Amino acid sequence: MDLDSITIALRSFWTVWLALLFTGIIVYAMWPGNRGKFDRAAQIPLKEDGQEF
Amino acid sequence: MASATLTPGAALGSQRVSEDVRYYEDVIRLFVIAAVFWGVIGFLAGVFIALQLAFPALNLGLEWTSFGRLRPVHTSAVIFAFGGNVLFATSLYSVQRTSRQFLFGGEGLSKFIFWNYNIFIVLAALSYVLGFSQGKEYAEPEWILDLYLTVIWVIYAVVFVGTVMTRRESHIYVANWFFMAFILTVAVLHLGNNVNLPVSLFGMKSYTFVSGVQSAMVQWWYGHNAVGFFLTAGFLGIMYYFVPKRAERPVYSYRLSIVHFWTLIFLYIWAGPHHLHYTALPDWAQTLGMTFSVMLWMPSWGGMINGIMTLSGAWDKLRTDPVLRFMVASVAFYGMSTFEGPLMSVKAVNALSHYTDWTVGHVHSGALGWVAFISFGAIYFLVPVLWKRQQLYSLRLVSLHFWTATIGIVLYITAMWVSGIMQGLMWRAYDNLGFLQYSFVETVAAMHPFYVIRAMGGLLFVAGALIMVYNLWRTAKGDVRIEKPYVSAPHKTAVGAA
Repeated sequence: MDLDSITIALRSFWTVWLALLFTGIIVYAMWPGNRGKFDRAAQIPLKEDGQEF
Repeated sequence: MASATLTPGAALGSQRVSEDVRYYEDVIRLFVIAAVFWGVIGFLAGVFIALQLAFPALNLGLEWTSFGRLRPVHTSAVIFAFGGNVLFATSLYSVQRTSRQFLFGGEGLSKFIFWNYNIFIVLAALSYVLGFSQGKEYAEPEWILDLYLTVIWVIYAVVFVGTVMTRRESHIYVANWFFMAFILTVAVLHLGNNVNLPVSLFGMKSYTFVSGVQSAMVQWWYGHNAVGFFLTAGFLGIMYYFVPKRAERPVYSYRLSIVHFWTLIFLYIWAGPHHLHYTALPDWAQTLGMTFSVMLWMPSWGGMINGIMTLSGAWDKLRTDPVLRFMVASVAFYGMSTFEGPLMSVKAVNALSHYTDWTVGHVHSGALGWVAFISFGAIYFLVPVLWKRQQLYSLRLVSLHFWTATIGIVLYITAMWVSGIMQGLMWRAYDNLGFLQYSFVETVAAMHPFYVIRAMGGLLFVAGALIMVYNLWRTAKGDVRIEKPYVSAPHKTAVGAA
């Protein structure tokens, strides 16, 4: 099997790959360990940015 | 607003300093001025062509002022000139602050974007009036202007992505994800839909490379994703930065924002075929477009909930801060028009709604209610900050603008609902012998009163925008209007306790 035929074989399951990718994203977003990281990220716009004068 | 806390040594020059970070604001000011200018021009053009529909004599008998040529002037002015300059201003402002970094490429590259983009706008508008058009909705500029825009857009991508890549903040804030999706997808759409063959090297005229139904499908893949990524993803970037900023609270759920982003990205790109129901497009493609449009309900409403719930626990700000009211009302309009859109994409509904004024009403509930309102909110936020003023000239005038514009939108969209559904029903009405009951011109005559109401709604919207121009002008000058202030904090706690 050359690289081309492997690519073609894998490509025909693209719905499955996208679904897996999307599931991965949901798991990443909901993973309890990421909560603190996301809470800090949500504060980014509210940090002191010299806007008050 | 929060108390005055200046970082020691901070300069109040054109580049404000925070810690050791400089931000470039000259170009943001230019983009804001251009956005306000083009907004008024675009809204006026809209009112004029609305009046042309009601009173055809206003075509003036001249080719240059005919509806067919002025209509793309209106759409390009509001979407690309007003919306585009708003997106440049807000994205280049917030990417610096969320990345704690000066714009990539320095002052030169972003100034290059400003001048060339606005020259492009003028050239495109002139070309429409003179009769040059690719005949593709929202992609009217001919091939030579398309190439010019491509150069500008690539430089915009370099500046934005470059700023993100050199950021001093470890996480890429969600607004930047939306802005990057907007920049990348608009680039792909623009290139994909403008594969044209010029007739001659020095002439404007060109023909599309693909033809027939394929050309139609490419056009609506472009057209719908221009809505999805220019008018939605880009402006969601504004929502995710400016709503938390103005409300002084973090976004309701950062997790939801991640899910919102990826569901929107995965689904939107497939929705285009719903513009081609009951055409030569294969049935399966139509059904695919409809299915993905209906699925879009989920990210749309997820995003709307995230935006509105950011205010949870601070709902009183809706009463005391008309700027925030603009933003929250815009998200509510976003929810409303993204409910209506999937509904209209259902083939049975589309059979009634397509080619009628209902579509026009739907577009304007999104464009006026969502896109323009979130833009007004962001502009009202930005002008005092950029011109180093403590506050806006008048919050009462912001409120007056809000209500004038809202009544204008309500007049507009209700007139178009009634007119559109009536039009659709008249087109499909049969008499008892099986003949069509109405001639086409009878449906046009029946729409006249609604066209007049629509133009009145548009006039109110323009009036609101002029109130904004006056308010921003006085703010930039540093004036503060003597007026009854919105209820202060101590009173609010008393109300909360009661």
